[in-house]
Amino acid sequence: MARRGLAAEAAGTAVSPSRTVTLRISRENPADARGGERGFSVHKVPVEKWTTVLDAILDVKKHIDHSVAVRYSCRQATCGSCGMLINGRPRLACFTKIDELGADTVTVEPMKNFPVVRDLVVGFERLFEAHRGVKPYVVGAGGSGGPPGAAEAAPQTPEELERFVQFSACIKCGLCNSACPTMATDSSFVGPQALAQAYRYVADSRDKGREERLKIIDESHGIWRCHFAGSCSQVCPKGVDPAMGIQLLRGYLLGFRK
Amino acid sequence: MPGSGAAGGEGGAGRRNMGGIKGMADPRGYGIERVAYWLMRLSGLGLLAYFVAHIYETSNILRGRAGWDEMLATTQTTEGHVLLAVVIGMCVFHTANGVRLMLGHGGLGVGRPARPDYPYAPLSQGARHKIGIYSSIVLAAAASMYGLAVMFGEVH
Repeated sequence: MARRGLAAEAAGTAVSPSRTVTLRISRENPADARGGERGFSVHKVPVEKWTTVLDAILDVKKHIDHSVAVRYSCRQATCGSCGMLINGRPRLACFTKIDELGADTVTVEPMKNFPVVRDLVVGFERLFEAHRGVKPYVVGAGGSGGPPGAAEAAPQTPEELERFVQFSACIKCGLCNSACPTMATDSSFVGPQALAQAYRYVADSRDKGREERLKIIDESHGIWRCHFAGSCSQVCPKGVDPAMGIQLLRGYLLGFRK
Repeated sequence: MPGSGAAGGEGGAGRRNMGGIKGMADPRGYGIERVAYWLMRLSGLGLLAYFVAHIYETSNILRGRAGWDEMLATTQTTEGHVLLAVVIGMCVFHTANGVRLMLGHGGLGVGRPARPDYPYAPLSQGARHKIGIYSSIVLAAAASMYGLAVMFGEVH
C-alpha cells in the first residue's frame, strides 16, 4: 500500500516529536468479497519517549486511515485486548513503548495461532473455549456443580494463597498461546493459557475438583503436548509464568506432587 | 476437551493464521530455551534417521563377509566420520537436555510460585535450566570433537 504522512489536521496538535518511525500495519479483511488479500499499510508517525505502539496505531487511525481495525480498551495492560505481533514477537500494544524496541521500523501483525477477524483483530473463541473447558472456578465439596456457596467458604493461609496467586493474574490476552510452538502446528492443543489456569485451581486449597480437572487435561492434545519451550512465560505481560504452572501441574499427574 | 481449532470466531473470523511448521521450527526471538527446544527436535529427528540408516547398514551382514566389508568401507571416509561426529553430538545433547526436560516436566527445578515483580523474569527459565541447556551444548560439542579426534587418529 502507499506510503502516507500525517494528515493536515495533525499539524494543529501541540507535539514536539523527538523522532519519527515507520509503522507498518498488517491489513486484511477476510470478510471482503475480494478474498481478503493481505498487505501492509506504511505510515510515518512521530514518537516521543512515552509513545506506545497502541498510541501510534491510534494516531494513524485518527489522522490518516480510519479503517484500521484494532481492539483495545484499558490502555494499561489490564484488559488483555491489544495483543499483537510487534516486530515478530507477541506483545501488548499498550504495554510496549516504541522507544524500547530500538528500531526505526515497527511492524504490527495479528497474533499467530488465532483466526484473523480483520487487520490486527483476532478471534478468541478457541482460547475461551479451552479456558472454560478446564473449569476455571473453585469447585465446591458438592462436586462439579460450580463454585462453592458462601456456606462452603474456607479459610486459607497466606502460604496456601502463594501457591496459586501468581497464576490468578492472567488477563487472557492470548500472548502465550501465540508464542507457543506447539500451538503453531496443533490446532487441538489446549494451550498454555488454559493449562496454567488449570494449575491455578488445582493448587487452590479450597478446590475439590482436582481429580476431575486433571482428568480433563490428561489427554493427547492436553498437557502432554507441552514440550517446555518456555516461550509462553517469556511473553506474558503479567509475569504469570504459564510454563512453570504447566510443569507443576504435570508433577501432580506424575505423582511427584500431592 | 480441546479447542475447536476451527477458523470460525468472532464476527466471522477467517484465515486461521497458524504459525505452522515455520512458527514451530523458528528458534529465533525467544531466548536459549527456544533454541534448546529446536535442537531437541532436530537431534531427535536426526537420531531417528541414524537409527534407520544404522539398521540398513547392519543388515548388510546378510550379504556375507564381502558385503559387510564393502558397507564398512563406505563409512570409513571423511564424510562418514564427520557424519558420525554429528551423530555423537546429537546423541549427547539429546540425552543431557532430555534429563533436564524430564526433571522439569516433573515440576523439579522450575521454581516456586511467587507474586511476580516487574519486569517479570520467569522463574521457570531460571539459571538452573539455562546452565542445563548450555552444559548440554558444551558436552555435545566436546563429545563430537573427541569423536573426530578418535576417528581421524589423533587419539588412540
